[in-house]
Amino acid sequence: MAVLLPHKPPAPSRWRVPRLRFVHLVGFVGLSLVVGGGAFAQANGARLSALEVIWKWSPLLLSGFGFNILMSVLAMALGTAAGILLGLAQIGENRTLRSLAWGATQFFRNAPWLVLLFFAMFMIPFQFRLFGYTVPFPDWVKAVIGFSLPVMANMSEIVRGAVASLPSGQWEAAESLAFSRRQTLWMIILPQCVKRMLPPWMNLYSLITMATVQASIVGVSEMLTLTAQVHAAEGGRPDLLAPLYGFAMLCFFVYCYPIERFTLYLERRFQLNQ
Amino acid sequence: MTETSIVPPASPPGDNGWTPDQPLVRLVDVRKSFGQLEVLKGVSMDVAKGEAVCIIGPSGSGKSTLIRCINALVPIDAGTIRVEGQEVNDPDLDKLALRRKVGMVFQQYNLFPHRTALQNVMMAPVHVLKQDKGEVEARARALMAKVRLSGKENAYPGELSGGQQQRVAIARALAMRPDVMLFDEVTAALDPETVKEVLLTIRELAEEGMTCILVTHEMGFAREVADHIYFTDAGLIVEHGPPATFFSDPRDPRTRAFLGQIL
Amino acid sequence: MDVISQWFLDLYETTGINLTIVYDAYDRQRFLSGLGMTVYLSLVCILISIAIGIVGAWAQGSPLRVVRGLVNGFVVLFRNTPPLVQIFFFYFGLGQILPRIEDADGMRVPLLTNVQWAIVSLSLFAGAFNVEIFRSGIEAVPRTTTEAAEALGYTRFGIYRHILLPLALRICLPSLNNNLVNLLKTTTLAYAIAVPETLYVSKQIWTDSQNVPVMMIVLLCVYTTLVGILVFIMHRWEKALAIPGYGQGAAR
Repeated sequence: MAVLLPHKPPAPSRWRVPRLRFVHLVGFVGLSLVVGGGAFAQANGARLSALEVIWKWSPLLLSGFGFNILMSVLAMALGTAAGILLGLAQIGENRTLRSLAWGATQFFRNAPWLVLLFFAMFMIPFQFRLFGYTVPFPDWVKAVIGFSLPVMANMSEIVRGAVASLPSGQWEAAESLAFSRRQTLWMIILPQCVKRMLPPWMNLYSLITMATVQASIVGVSEMLTLTAQVHAAEGGRPDLLAPLYGFAMLCFFVYCYPIERFTLYLERRFQLNQ
Repeated sequence: MTETSIVPPASPPGDNGWTPDQPLVRLVDVRKSFGQLEVLKGVSMDVAKGEAVCIIGPSGSGKSTLIRCINALVPIDAGTIRVEGQEVNDPDLDKLALRRKVGMVFQQYNLFPHRTALQNVMMAPVHVLKQDKGEVEARARALMAKVRLSGKENAYPGELSGGQQQRVAIARALAMRPDVMLFDEVTAALDPETVKEVLLTIRELAEEGMTCILVTHEMGFAREVADHIYFTDAGLIVEHGPPATFFSDPRDPRTRAFLGQIL
Repeated sequence: MDVISQWFLDLYETTGINLTIVYDAYDRQRFLSGLGMTVYLSLVCILISIAIGIVGAWAQGSPLRVVRGLVNGFVVLFRNTPPLVQIFFFYFGLGQILPRIEDADGMRVPLLTNVQWAIVSLSLFAGAFNVEIFRSGIEAVPRTTTEAAEALGYTRFGIYRHILLPLALRICLPSLNNNLVNLLKTTTLAYAIAVPETLYVSKQIWTDSQNVPVMMIVLLCVYTTLVGILVFIMHRWEKALAIPGYGQGAAR
């Protein structure tokens, strides 16, 4: 994985600009929450302000957010592994396998993520019988599988695209040096592709993280479900909805924005080194 | 003046008191810096109506910046530039009025790749000057013929050779009926074979009486076509004069060194 | 029609493939209206989000720092928060705070319906991506090309409208294509606020008819087809806009 490491430490000035902007934005979102909460607190002196409600329930809400992250990591790991296999099949020499892999990739890439999630929830049984043991399949595991399907399809395209984007001269040069096709792929082509695949892969991770809230639609109690429950527990005050959902947005923003910045940074560095 | 003539009738004296017998373009002590780098260190020159002026000099001597200052693409730091008596460095300047008077042709042609050759010529008069489309089209076709590109009206820039694109760019600038044309190393990006056709077009323009300011490396062309040569080095005009004396009897050692390298 | 219905009824009896949406008039009507809603949502959001992209990219080039900052903030915020939470934030959060209006019958109704809120939030979501897409297209247009337009007397708006936008559009069509496909798929999230689009009606149908696997396959096929149609249209558009001698290679 040495290729993943930066060749040289990034210049500090480059990082200062995004960091500053990032802090500003977080500040902006946070401030609007505070102001919004404060306004309601003044209006309803006896009741808890929005900010106090968020503070009171934040351990629960954040644990829900942690569960979203857990699902995203598992779905990403599963989907990446399956996607690499599918992608390699797409560029393999076996014609039948190649067109099958292409078809599967297109099919799962074009289906809405929520539909795939429903697909996984309804089509996977809630338990498996394996060697006489009953292996339970709780909803959240099915959701992880549901999220890993689009990850797989997109990963497959990323692999295919990265290999296709390498100049054909690399293949020719390797062939003229008597490398076999397999050797060329594993020793020459794929190591060069890792660098190209990293930015879109990170982008995909960011997307899947944000998609995990859809699990609440199919009944997995992650952050959005908990947010609705907190709202109910606080008496269902309508004025609490915006701050509560705002808090959920803030959590995802704080997690996903640095990933986006880092992806952009990698893309730019890659373009410069080209 | 016939309709196909590229030289516009003399503009009436404006409210700034300019008359056609005064220099059309007048630069006085123009200075320009990019950050720490001073590119123009006090340049003065006069260009009379109908004159063809060549600016020559080594790379990086500020020639391109100088020519870009004349139509306010590059704002200057100090000094004055007047085109037909109109101060270019004026913050309240009507840039449209200036650019209507000053046409420019670039080294990289810079045609708009999404429009055909004819449309490139027509775009600015229609969009910017809001002139009648039919009338502009007639004029544009005449200009295409003038630059010897009849039949290429519907070709896209990507389908034309460098020399052809550059001639379309000349026609595009002429379509605005400018009083003065700026040429910024217009042959530098061309193949040697196509340089000739572009130079021929410019020469015809100059001979018809269009005021031309050219930055060029083509010394033979400068000698034959120019009425006046300016030699710039390190942001200053080192020497100037009519081509006959400039080339045969350069006085400044920097001019001599430069001409020695080139000729 | 009866013959077809009968055939699908027979299919159900012999194989268990229960396509109520073909032989049952009520289910068919429900499904078609859901499909219509998906198409409607997609088309309206595509148009609004493209408009947001065009205006946003123009504002990003504004000389005013405040304007640039606001546009960048909007883009960054909507790109990095889950679209579903955005929909909830708008529909539940803002929808509750906004004043109610009286409808024709004198009833107090929310200012915007759930469909309208779905359109608002989905358009903003896709629009934020479109701003970035158009911006990158504009950045790919060489500076010298805009300089030439400037020398011909074009104003900043004239340059944007006649030169930058037409060129940027051609450069960024592939990414725009991707994002619009993504938008089409994201319309399923309107399910969460009970907008009767394809997924929503499909769930009603499979709840009533107990034909989950069949409806799942139907759903996947429907979306694959819709995406296919959109991609086909976008490719036709791309071809129609193609300029001889100005390809992807020449754009750089």
